[in-house]
Amino acid sequence: MKVKYFAWVRERVGKAEETIEPPASVRTVEELIAWLSGQSEAYAHAFEKPKVIRAAIDRAHVRQDAAIAGAREIAFFPPMTGG
Amino acid sequence: MTCPVTIRIQEDDFDIAREIAVLTNGRTDSGAVVTFSGICRADEDSAKVAALTLEHYPGMAEEEIRRHADEAMARWPLDGITVIHRVGRLMPGQNIVLVVTASQHRQAAFAAAEFLMDYLKTSAPFWKKEESATGTGWVEAHARDDEAAARWTKS
Repeated sequence: MKVKYFAWVRERVGKAEETIEPPASVRTVEELIAWLSGQSEAYAHAFEKPKVIRAAIDRAHVRQDAAIAGAREIAFFPPMTGG
Repeated sequence: MTCPVTIRIQEDDFDIAREIAVLTNGRTDSGAVVTFSGICRADEDSAKVAALTLEHYPGMAEEEIRRHADEAMARWPLDGITVIHRVGRLMPGQNIVLVVTASQHRQAAFAAAEFLMDYLKTSAPFWKKEESATGTGWVEAHARDDEAAARWTKS
């Protein structure tokens, strides 16, 4: 699946997007955040406060307990500050 | 009656008078047009802002605004909605966002513009990075914006 990062999450991860293949045991957004956090210091830093992170699946906001099965694109970003 | 919806995300500035004219062109049924423009402030929490850089999630930003425009149309009898959000680097005094709503009567136009702005602040995927004399940093979300958006979900 494709993963996108925005704002300070993007800066901390060090890339805007990538394709990942998490193990089948990773079923929810929350579990994906935990799995990514274990991949490197950069991810751990980006997701150090996991509750703050917002997520979207296929361009729609989701809660962290949302299932990731079938997702084409998952995005992680901080709370929004537009307008 | 149809309610045209225009949503644009662009680096370029917008012309408020032109956007009103486009929205109301050829119609005589709209008795009210409300515009809101958001402008880059020079002071944020007593710090001098040199510039703002707006980042967005292409695709989702348009879709999220569209979802709220659809909800606004379901809630109020609107004749037109235009939402323009700028991205890129903006200086104090420059336009950031424009919301235009048209309706037969002012109440619906005012309410819909406020509703759209409240949701733009809290759910449209845009992020502001601030440059000041002390460095650069991402603007933090305000609880007051969440509270403003939450009042639309109260019965």
